[in-house]
Amino acid sequence: MSLDRSDVDKIAHLARLQIEEQDTPEYAQNLSNILDLVDQMQAVDTSDVLPMAHPLDAVQRLRSDEVTEANNREALQAVAPQVEKGLFQVPKVIE
Amino acid sequence: MEWEAVIGLEIHAQLATKSKIFSGASTAFGAEPNTQACAVDLALPGTLPVFNEEALRMAVKFGLAVDAEIGRKSVFDRKNYFYPDLPKGYQTSQLFHPIVGVGHIDITLEDGTEKRIGVTRAHLEEDAGKSVHDEFPGMSGIDLNRAGTPLLEIVSEPDMRSAEEAVAYVRKIHSIVTSLGICDGNMAEGSFRCDCNVSVRLKGEEEFGTRTETKNINSFRFIEKAITGEIERQIDLLEDGGRVVQETRLYDADKDETRSMRSKEEANDYRYFPCPDLLPIVIDDTYIDAVRGSLPELPDARKARFIEEYKLSDYDAMVLSGDRTLAEYFETVAKASKDAKLAANWVMGELSKMLNQNDTIIADSPVSAEQLGGLLERIKDNTISGKIAKQVFEVMWKEGGSADEIIEAKGLKQVTDSGAIEKIVDDVIANSSAQVEQYINAEPDKRGKMIGFFMGQVMKASQGKANPGQVQGVLKKKLDALC
Amino acid sequence: MFDKTLAELAQGLKAGEFSSVELTQAYLNRIKAEDSKYNSFITVTEEQALAQAKTADEAIAAGTAGAFTGLPFAHKDIFCTQGVRTSCASKMLDNFISPYNATVVEKFNAAGGVMLGKTNMDEFAMGSSNESSFYGVAKNPWDTECVPGGSSGGSAAAVAAQLAPAATGTDTGGSIRQPAALCGITGLKPTYGRVSRFGMIAFASSLDQGGPMTKTAEDAAMMLNVMAGFDKNDSTSVDREVPDYTADLNKPLDGLTIGLPKEFFMDDLDSEIAERTQAAIKEFEKLGATVKEVSLPNTALSIPAYYIIAPAEASSNLSRFDGVRYGYRCENPVDLEDLYKRSRGEGFGAEVKRRIMIGAYALSEGFYDAYYNKAQQIRRLIRDDYAKVLSEVDVIMGPTTPHPAFKIGEKTSDPVAMYMEDIFTISLNLAGLPGMSVPCGTVNGLPTGLQIIGDYFAEQKLLNVAHQFQLATDWHTQSPQGI
Repeated sequence: MSLDRSDVDKIAHLARLQIEEQDTPEYAQNLSNILDLVDQMQAVDTSDVLPMAHPLDAVQRLRSDEVTEANNREALQAVAPQVEKGLFQVPKVIE
Repeated sequence: MEWEAVIGLEIHAQLATKSKIFSGASTAFGAEPNTQACAVDLALPGTLPVFNEEALRMAVKFGLAVDAEIGRKSVFDRKNYFYPDLPKGYQTSQLFHPIVGVGHIDITLEDGTEKRIGVTRAHLEEDAGKSVHDEFPGMSGIDLNRAGTPLLEIVSEPDMRSAEEAVAYVRKIHSIVTSLGICDGNMAEGSFRCDCNVSVRLKGEEEFGTRTETKNINSFRFIEKAITGEIERQIDLLEDGGRVVQETRLYDADKDETRSMRSKEEANDYRYFPCPDLLPIVIDDTYIDAVRGSLPELPDARKARFIEEYKLSDYDAMVLSGDRTLAEYFETVAKASKDAKLAANWVMGELSKMLNQNDTIIADSPVSAEQLGGLLERIKDNTISGKIAKQVFEVMWKEGGSADEIIEAKGLKQVTDSGAIEKIVDDVIANSSAQVEQYINAEPDKRGKMIGFFMGQVMKASQGKANPGQVQGVLKKKLDALC
Repeated sequence: MFDKTLAELAQGLKAGEFSSVELTQAYLNRIKAEDSKYNSFITVTEEQALAQAKTADEAIAAGTAGAFTGLPFAHKDIFCTQGVRTSCASKMLDNFISPYNATVVEKFNAAGGVMLGKTNMDEFAMGSSNESSFYGVAKNPWDTECVPGGSSGGSAAAVAAQLAPAATGTDTGGSIRQPAALCGITGLKPTYGRVSRFGMIAFASSLDQGGPMTKTAEDAAMMLNVMAGFDKNDSTSVDREVPDYTADLNKPLDGLTIGLPKEFFMDDLDSEIAERTQAAIKEFEKLGATVKEVSLPNTALSIPAYYIIAPAEASSNLSRFDGVRYGYRCENPVDLEDLYKRSRGEGFGAEVKRRIMIGAYALSEGFYDAYYNKAQQIRRLIRDDYAKVLSEVDVIMGPTTPHPAFKIGEKTSDPVAMYMEDIFTISLNLAGLPGMSVPCGTVNGLPTGLQIIGDYFAEQKLLNVAHQFQLATDWHTQSPQGI
């Protein structure tokens, strides 16, 4: 599987990553090499195999419905890049 | 050409848990921005979700109420996309294995006919936060209090053919989730929201037309208007030789029209995959049976009981059983007043009128069911007339207090002392010689109608407090004695 | 003093040979004097360390000290530490002062441990050489022109250079075992779910596991006693009793069956590493173990499967770094998309971006089945291979890495060559099994590691086997020249 520049651009957009134009060919090359590596999988017949998402066959534990978290806004927003009136600020969202 | 609309609905019901679906932060509405967004809700690095058992129980309740298959093994998936109100950059949802599978409900249309509507599935997911757009120049503010509130997304089959059917379906689902106590149903606060998928086709066609999705409509009336408008728009478009574009649209209530949401036009690739931070939710028959055993009475059963137990008309029973709070309110009033018909009339009449006028909901009614019951009791025992009762009710609404307190304080108690009534009647007859003359000269079968004038005068003189039944009797006796 | 193990230091504290404050100060001085050569720490927390040491001394004086009280150690900079920068070695989190503690950090605090600082690592734990760190590569104390391995390279280098007697690490594809092998120390990756992941910044959720990096197996047991245990904040943590990991260290190895997978001794294995590994196996035979050749036929597929699963999970896990609520934000974003793309493009290094892109690609529409689903199927094949072999033998052994430490810069231009270094370690993460690396010799003056693999939750067995080996050999006591 080989990726070209436009593939890289598409994936980078999907992942919201700015990739400088001069770096795109190298990314395309590296990503293609990685895909060649992972394509080894295709040689194996796995048609009867159930996919395994977790290493242990455990099931979800349930939390009781209790409010355990008090307001901690000040501490949590101390690390925020931009806050105004308690709201995280981002460039205007157009709907 | 005869067109037919095809409508499918996605309803998002916020589940009425105390804490969020994956964190211990409160879900209460209306808090200061970001004061109910904990480290997990903000997606701080390293934080992890733990699933709320009540959200699961509520989803299973819904599944059982719509006679659906319950997923014995359901799985949370991640729906990946970037948006500022989505802190993790993915929404935890259920795509491949939802908690509720195929089910159905029956709706009743205005002409009384019933129609079965399929429920495709219902799955658990987390709500997003909110953006505040107008407060900051060039910027939007993000409030994540709502982020992580549990949602049940209820997806219907495209079984509806008119706006009326769609609204009946939404009302029925609303009535089920509120009856189950799993959602407060408050559409204005966004606890119950609806996306409408609408397409049209020529009648007789098998294939569906291209559909549009109108998002986040927050009242029954707007659902009807948005769908009606969208059907008309699509038909006009097609009849003019155009074609419908598959897109997301927004209903503008001010202009009563839908418009395209251009920013969402970009095709999304959500890259769903099973959430590795959560494990499969496995439930067994014992669990399901226990939930089944805890189900409250559902709207259909309640309606039947209202007809049977309170002898209500089909229509009254349907209206009063639809909303759990309303139904409970009605039953309390009926029991207190010992007159179900009177209670039904008051709840659907005066009370509803005042609620509407004041733009409030039954849960926030300033007059409690006990207060109203007490008032109706005083009508029943002739302490006050129905007319005075309306005055008492208004005072109750504005100032509070029990019926007895208000009647006492305002001196509204009905006059039943026959001596006092006779005195007023005598005064009225003495002061209305012309009308008395007419009465005497009238044909005996016309006299009944003419007595109304004297009634009015007596009631006026007694400030409405004279017992109308008694007045009627005394008047007739005295006037007839003059003839 | 700096060559003492945790067990020896604990003795010294107990016997009053030195106080925790003296011990801590000595290490802080040594870090200050020596770490410029190794770059093993990102942050040194002198003030907090001395405060913790003082509290520990008070506990020792009061007789309330536990087994770990007053012992200094370092945390990999992937564990969130309240009030202390938690960078994950990324520009993205260079300014991130965590507002909360990881569960592992809480556990060490509760045990009275003294955190010296936060160690260097590959950015977001993505790497096998520490070269992707925003803070520059940590250097191998055996040869500072060589990499220390990764991703827990700073932890391994700090312990090998005796800047800390022990450190925490995390292991997603070998990130504890590989740097332990390359730096000549002991490292243990526990069973998936044994150590809480809450507050451990996620790389690949279904593979990540925290564990100890120490001079000896006995010290690893002491560390694991603190780290292991169920955490209600981590849905994937296992609710299972935590044994005293030091209890079985001295059990004799008579009758132990060791499986040697033929796939671990293949062509491109460094021949001298193969010899050291065989020599170590001979030691076990002397200790009463029997050896058996076994097969893990799908070993070669572990790298392709891993390089889908890990990037897929990472691409989603790292979506939360968006410049909105914390972390790096680009200057003067013109709009929302610009904010996302530049904050992430500038905040993440090249390897992180590569992995995010591979993951996003593997999950994108049309590729899910061929990549992600396929990889999950192969994951099961790999686990089944292990299950079969572990039903026949007590432990599996082999080399930890195919080569000793390589030169800084040697493999940076070829990511795939770098990935191949994880060939022996990755399959354990896919299966969720525990594994250890213990020093078993040197090749051209660079250390090499023996990997010991056990069944689920067989950490006690692994520690016993490793401890017995260390009683019989002295590879683990060897230090780099000049240290």
